[in-house]
Amino acid sequence: MKTLPTVALLVATLSLSACSGGLFNQNRLDTAGGADAAGAADTGITTGALAPNSVEFFNQSIGDRVLFAVDTSTLTPEGRATLTQQAGWLSTNPSFTAIIEGHADEQGTREYNLALGARRAAAVRDFLVTQGVADARLRTVTFGKERPIEVCSTEVCYAKNRRAVTVIGAGAVS
Amino acid sequence: MIHRFFALISLALIALMAPASAQEPLRIEIDNPNIEPLPFAVPNFIAETAGADQYAADLARVVAADLTGSGLFREIPSTAFISGVTSFDSPVQFSDWKAINAQALVTGSVSTAGDDQIVVKFRLFDVFSENQLGEGLQFVGSRAGWRRMAHKVADAVYSRITGEGAYFDSRLVYVSESGPKNARSKRIAIMDYDGANNQFLTTDQSIVLAPRFSPDGNRVIYTSYETGFPKIYILDIGTVSRQSLADQPGTMSFAPRFAPDGQSVIYSLTTGSNTDLYKLSVNGGAPQQLTSDPTIETAPSFAPDGSQIVFESDRSGTPQLYVMPAGGGAATRISFGQGRYGTPVWSPRGDLIAFTKQNRGRFHIGVMNTDGSGERLLTASFLDEGPTWAPNGRVIMFTRETAGEGGSSTLYSVDISGRNLRPIKQGASDPNWSPLLQ
Repeated sequence: MKTLPTVALLVATLSLSACSGGLFNQNRLDTAGGADAAGAADTGITTGALAPNSVEFFNQSIGDRVLFAVDTSTLTPEGRATLTQQAGWLSTNPSFTAIIEGHADEQGTREYNLALGARRAAAVRDFLVTQGVADARLRTVTFGKERPIEVCSTEVCYAKNRRAVTVIGAGAVS
Repeated sequence: MIHRFFALISLALIALMAPASAQEPLRIEIDNPNIEPLPFAVPNFIAETAGADQYAADLARVVAADLTGSGLFREIPSTAFISGVTSFDSPVQFSDWKAINAQALVTGSVSTAGDDQIVVKFRLFDVFSENQLGEGLQFVGSRAGWRRMAHKVADAVYSRITGEGAYFDSRLVYVSESGPKNARSKRIAIMDYDGANNQFLTTDQSIVLAPRFSPDGNRVIYTSYETGFPKIYILDIGTVSRQSLADQPGTMSFAPRFAPDGQSVIYSLTTGSNTDLYKLSVNGGAPQQLTSDPTIETAPSFAPDGSQIVFESDRSGTPQLYVMPAGGGAATRISFGQGRYGTPVWSPRGDLIAFTKQNRGRFHIGVMNTDGSGERLLTASFLDEGPTWAPNGRVIMFTRETAGEGGSSTLYSVDISGRNLRPIKQGASDPNWSPLLQ
């Protein structure tokens, strides 16, 4: 009984993460063991912390994204802290690769924002490489202003749209 | 998929009657800032064969819509007509048209021929001088192409009265948009300049951006995310087959345009964090790097003579416009006003550069001389961007996007005088205007 609200919250958090995460459907719940599936078979429902080597742990506990100020690709202190943890996770989970998506808010032309998104993705990639992640495991892509996660037209939303998202996947970077 | 309908156009001389003029010739001085739309009448065309009745009415409606839509003409409705036109070759009763102040009168006829053809004739009259203005013309084409014949008639009327080049018989390629703002579906589509005959050229499976015509209007170059990464493709409109532009692994490419000779393309290529301009022959070979600054260089556009390229760069700290030789080399900054400048496009007449400007939270479409002087802003809104020129260099189309959760994109057109701002197509962005069709 007591566990039910927690599970509901967990599921809600995971589905939110799936919606607002990367554009590649690689963060599925079945890609790593978040909750203990074997335990669930025995007792019905078991609640526990996310496994530290899971993609969900990366996305939620470390954070899959960093944010940028207007028209910049400079990493903030908060962004560096997040990326340092991302680099640590990638180092302890060497079978995973990542695509880093650079995004811009809707202020600015389509072409300029594509180039700006590329700068942001490259800034993240370069930082992860300096932290010891092999360059070959990382690839960057820019979406410019094509894929906002927040849809209002004020700074509240723009601040969340100016982002670089590290999307974890398995296997070699194509 | 695209119906190749038109095997036209015999320019046949219908009549040479041209009595001496008693007045100033009919003329719209298009650059006059106090211009008043010129009143005209287009009675239904005369159906000269059975089965041509619907064309007779529809042709007149499209001609009238073209002329009215230019903002330079005002139609006098048929309910005001004193006498109709009952025969294409009967003398015009000028007094009846003067009485309702129709300064220009367009008469026409249409007949069906063979299995699939129609023959359209028209004459243009200067009512107050009681003269025919120019020669009558005859167009022969497939029935499916009837709208194009109406556009040809309107083009002739527009050109004869304004002295400007024509633009109605043209098409647009653009991005058709649907779905919510955070998961927008995009497809490349093509339509007549007035929105008719819309057809999709791609599915909505991938993000597609900024299609542009080849100089002959038969191909479209655009950016697609179908591999997950932005890459450039060239699509043949007739066969709807496409091929990707050769690229280097690990790079991203976007913002392509054809050179005026159609033999090469220019585009932005991103390596690491840096975006530069490159040129590549459509026949393959190695790309030529045109810029090598560590800053953003994008949105290149050729001068119509192919000698120079205007582009956008933030090498000064903010996005501004620059002109350089077509082979690369020293670039000259041409934008010096307040704000940020982007997406420069050289006019097909070579005289002006249209651009997007962002200043104090507003977006504008503007034009400037090719040396940057004479900047004029034509529009202002929450988000205007991506101008494209009509084939005559007189009219600009662009994307206007509204703010907020329900924000959507609409194509608008505006005269380079700043007059006649009007919506053309909803749920659409990134327009590119074709050359005048042949």
